Amino acid sequence: MDKLAFYLQYPFVRYALIVGVLISLCSSLLGVTLVLKRFSYIGDGLSHVAFGAMAVAGVIGLSDNMIIVMPITILSAVLLLRTGQNAKIKGDAAIAMISVGALAFGYLIMNIFSTSANLSGDVCSTLFGSTSILTLNAGEVWLCVVLSIVVVVAFILFYNRIFAVTFDENFAKATGTKTDAYNLIIAVITAVIIVLAMNLVGSLLISALVIFPALSAMKLFRSFKSVTICSAILSVACALSGMIISILAGTPVGSTIVAADAVVFGVCCLTGTVRGSVIK
Amino acid sequence: MALLTVKGLSVGYGSQVVAENISFEVNTGDYLCIVGENGSGKSTLMKTLLRLQKPVKGEILTGEGLKENEIGYLPQQTVVQKDFPASVREVVLSGCQGRDGFRPFYSSDDKKRAAENMEKMGITDLAGKCYRDLSGGQQQRVLLARALCATSKLLLLDEPVSGLDPKVTAEMYTLISELNKEKVTIIMISHDIGTAINYADHILHIGDSVFFGTRDEFLGSKAGKFFLMMQSRDAGTFTPPKTRKTMKKEDDVNG
Repeated sequence: MDKLAFYLQYPFVRYALIVGVLISLCSSLLGVTLVLKRFSYIGDGLSHVAFGAMAVAGVIGLSDNMIIVMPITILSAVLLLRTGQNAKIKGDAAIAMISVGALAFGYLIMNIFSTSANLSGDVCSTLFGSTSILTLNAGEVWLCVVLSIVVVVAFILFYNRIFAVTFDENFAKATGTKTDAYNLIIAVITAVIIVLAMNLVGSLLISALVIFPALSAMKLFRSFKSVTICSAILSVACALSGMIISILAGTPVGSTIVAADAVVFGVCCLTGTVRGSVIK
Repeated sequence: MALLTVKGLSVGYGSQVVAENISFEVNTGDYLCIVGENGSGKSTLMKTLLRLQKPVKGEILTGEGLKENEIGYLPQQTVVQKDFPASVREVVLSGCQGRDGFRPFYSSDDKKRAAENMEKMGITDLAGKCYRDLSGGQQQRVLLARALCATSKLLLLDEPVSGLDPKVTAEMYTLISELNKEKVTIIMISHDIGTAINYADHILHIGDSVFFGTRDEFLGSKAGKFFLMMQSRDAGTFTPPKTRKTMKKEDDVNG
């Protein structure tokens, strides 16, 4: 406890905790929809796109790489989610293609134009987010706070529409809901969350933040509302405990959070099965 | 002006036409059954009527004050819905959305409407249950209640009984005819001509030859005569209530 209080004196630790909680909240909200729409892997795909964009930004020498990373990721998200239903290349294949392609190009560009002495270290920290969450400055924290508020408010306002579009897109469209617009909103929000989350857990582990809380909640609850609320709570709890453990035990932040998520999923699975067999 | 008028419609994907030269009219209170073989373009026609895709040629006109979003739709089940965590109440309420415009949440009116329609479909006691835990027949009732939340004027049903057992199938058809008696206009897709003749008052047959007319006119037409011939050959005598399909299903159950 003393050790934790000692660490909390440092602003960067407090920043990390704030950003971690916000990102885990946002990603879990969208996670339920993405998992149900069969887009579980979009987190991974888009984060690789963001990785590629970061490499380009680094080479061009932009100090604030958000300017280039955010638009490119949003564009890819829109393309992936919009063509989902009737595309020539089906959803999973399109995600796999963009994901691997962007990763390869990103690494290639970094390798050719790199000025850094420790290239593999750079790549590793972008992919696994090992240190970036602890090097946030006040500006980045504010950006994250503002974007998170926007995401949460948008999610609450469009909650019913998001439900309808996820459950039955054709019905929603036939009865006059502007499904294309809502799919676009979902895509943009997804991209924003993923770019934000790269700071926390890095490219490779973002999928975990999106998928695990949603899947855990689905094991326990049977209505869309309770699943969404439960997944938000689980996600925040896991992120918080994961970060505290990583601070105290000195483990990497991203993988500790994901490990916590995985453990909770196991517990939820067990609870769901036990409860199911009791009821039957 | 009829509720729905279709003139010289060709449907298909892109430039590929699946069915062409379709013309028909639906008036308030009609029960139209669209029949045709697999691949004859029934579902494509349905999607075009719902404006989910553009017609290749021809036009679809609505009349009698029917707005474009006042068409209720009972779709075939999708893969996504099989493991979707949603309560019955949530699913039924989502039918009210088209009428809400930009209002983000459901009004008390919407909730009342949803409750009434659940009552009508006899699923009030299932309201808190999870959609994926219901039987096939119950799921169809939920989706029907949702469609009724969207409109009380015109319902489009896409193979409403596929995958249901004979008893539930009969219940479903009775439910639909009761709705029709309450002046809800029904357009139903079916590959089961026998049922179409039993329940519908108008038949649209698409495929090699397009036919549109009342039930009696259909029985006198070439396609109808062919059907009657097939049926009397199979069953020995012509017995409208039992079709080839349901008899086969009953055999399966008995055997």
